[in-house]
Amino acid sequence: MAAVIIIVIKGLILAVLLLTAFGVLTLTERKVLGRFQFRPGPNRVGPGGSFQFLADGLKLMLKEEIIPNGADRFVFLLAPTISLVAALFAFAVIPWGPPIHLFGQTIPMEIGGPNVGILFLFAITSLGVYGLILGGWSSQNKYSLLGGLRSSAQIISYELAMGLSVVGVLIAAGSADLNNIVSAQTNLWFIVPQIIGFLIYVVCMVAETNRAPFDLPEAENELVAGYHTEYTGMKFAMFFMAEYINMVTVSSLATTLFLGGWHGPWLPPEIWFIIKVAAFMFFFIWLRATLPRLRYDRLMAFGWKVLLPVALANALATAVWVSVVAR
Amino acid sequence: MVPLSYYLILSALLFSIGTVGVLVRRNPLQMFMSIELMWNAVNLSFITFARQYTNMAGHVFVFLVITVAAAEVAIGLAIIVVVFRTREHADVDELNAMKG
Amino acid sequence: MVSTVVFWLAAAVAIVGAGGVLLAKHPVHSALSLVLNLAALGVLFLLLHAEFLAVVEILVYAGAVMVLFLFVVTLLMAGTKTPRDEGRFRLAYQYLLAGLFGLILFVLVAHALVGADWMSSLAATNAGGSFGSIAAFGTALFTKYLLPFELTAVVLLVAVIGVIFLGREHGATRK
Repeated sequence: MAAVIIIVIKGLILAVLLLTAFGVLTLTERKVLGRFQFRPGPNRVGPGGSFQFLADGLKLMLKEEIIPNGADRFVFLLAPTISLVAALFAFAVIPWGPPIHLFGQTIPMEIGGPNVGILFLFAITSLGVYGLILGGWSSQNKYSLLGGLRSSAQIISYELAMGLSVVGVLIAAGSADLNNIVSAQTNLWFIVPQIIGFLIYVVCMVAETNRAPFDLPEAENELVAGYHTEYTGMKFAMFFMAEYINMVTVSSLATTLFLGGWHGPWLPPEIWFIIKVAAFMFFFIWLRATLPRLRYDRLMAFGWKVLLPVALANALATAVWVSVVAR
Repeated sequence: MVPLSYYLILSALLFSIGTVGVLVRRNPLQMFMSIELMWNAVNLSFITFARQYTNMAGHVFVFLVITVAAAEVAIGLAIIVVVFRTREHADVDELNAMKG
Repeated sequence: MVSTVVFWLAAAVAIVGAGGVLLAKHPVHSALSLVLNLAALGVLFLLLHAEFLAVVEILVYAGAVMVLFLFVVTLLMAGTKTPRDEGRFRLAYQYLLAGLFGLILFVLVAHALVGADWMSSLAATNAGGSFGSIAAFGTALFTKYLLPFELTAVVLLVAVIGVIFLGREHGATRK
């Protein structure tokens, strides 16, 4: 029974943390983007504009909820829900610190740590695609539909390369359990031996979260706003939250797989984990401020003809290294 | 702990529902989904037997079934897309252009 | 105790999902019901100590195969209007006959599966710690069942070639 209570408490804490992170991230993104473009960014609400995200949230909550005429109501409401639930659920297996000892219990710092950990994470994130494709289909709008189809094709294509880029780490660590992967990096972070895998992973993680320069599903100059063109108010906010929480999740996974997870000198492990994830977040915003959007056919060609073969070669090379040289 | 035979009954039920689906639906996509349902019902009984005998062969078999099903879906959907390209609606009963 | 509750819940969801595939008007709803069914099956796989396959079921089936289905459905039937499923060539009493056949099939299969000796004579052996884990699965797949594994690779290759052939642009042949 105690185990169940602990899991529920951890789940609640995590949900609150992720949603706070979402608020802080939207504000940070607008501020940082402003700096990149030599303008102050939002600075009216609260000290230095720091309450802007609360104002945004309030605005989205008070907006009128519109369901397009002829839309499939059930699926229309289901789509953002799937997106958000998948995004929140995926974080459950990521360890954000070493186990702590509290009230005579050893509490691991993740909600569940199955020994198929990383596969579970990929399985859940792959369900997030449903939100996009269903949202696009149910809105009765050709731009939404095109956006939804594009995004599902893009996400499935890059999921392959992403999965294969991680295989090298799994082979090197000899486990698919994220805790074991973290503890395998006590001496050397996997970014050093697995630099190719890391680079592929970073490209794929940007594509998976539909962020610039791979934000083709919502390319506003061709598709208005892609799959969420017809969404308003809280339903739009749910898609929005899902996108940012997915960014946090893929960044946390990158930290766990390649940057040694919560390992680091002096500071407490949880702080290290947050610092590393924050660095990835800044990288996401930096990319958005710097790079123009790719053309769709180039994006697909790059994923299938460059990333996938290189990731395969990397996995093969790692396997040879582990079984022949390192033995 | 539920007796393992319950899993087998569930598997038989899902298989039968899939069969009825293939017999009743005339939209090729929905017939196809019913076939997927049958595949998965079989997978469930494979895994139940694997659990009964603690033998990994059942698991390997399910893995192969999933792989073959994925290949089958890819080809089947490609055929359906080609059919839809040539005619507006695809009622399987109307696809009789090749009969003698 | 917990596992009993989980079993009944998952079984109910699986049956509801299967019923949805059978009864839904629009193919998108059928596909969603099938995803529900697959998720429930994933839970049942977990109960049977097949955790690797539970994840594979979600990852491959729900995450890739069904997305492909939805992709094709939304591409071919853009718009939420229900496509006609009139079945001009239906047999008389087709629904009734199909239902009857399904019922008979269910009784026969269930009887064959449960009635035979193999379930009753053996008490379920206790699953060891590694049963169903990735390691146990990988060992079985890459040693004893290596040949079937390699053969599925050939099947996949054939499928890839077939799909490329079927999906080629018709404009290309005209040139």
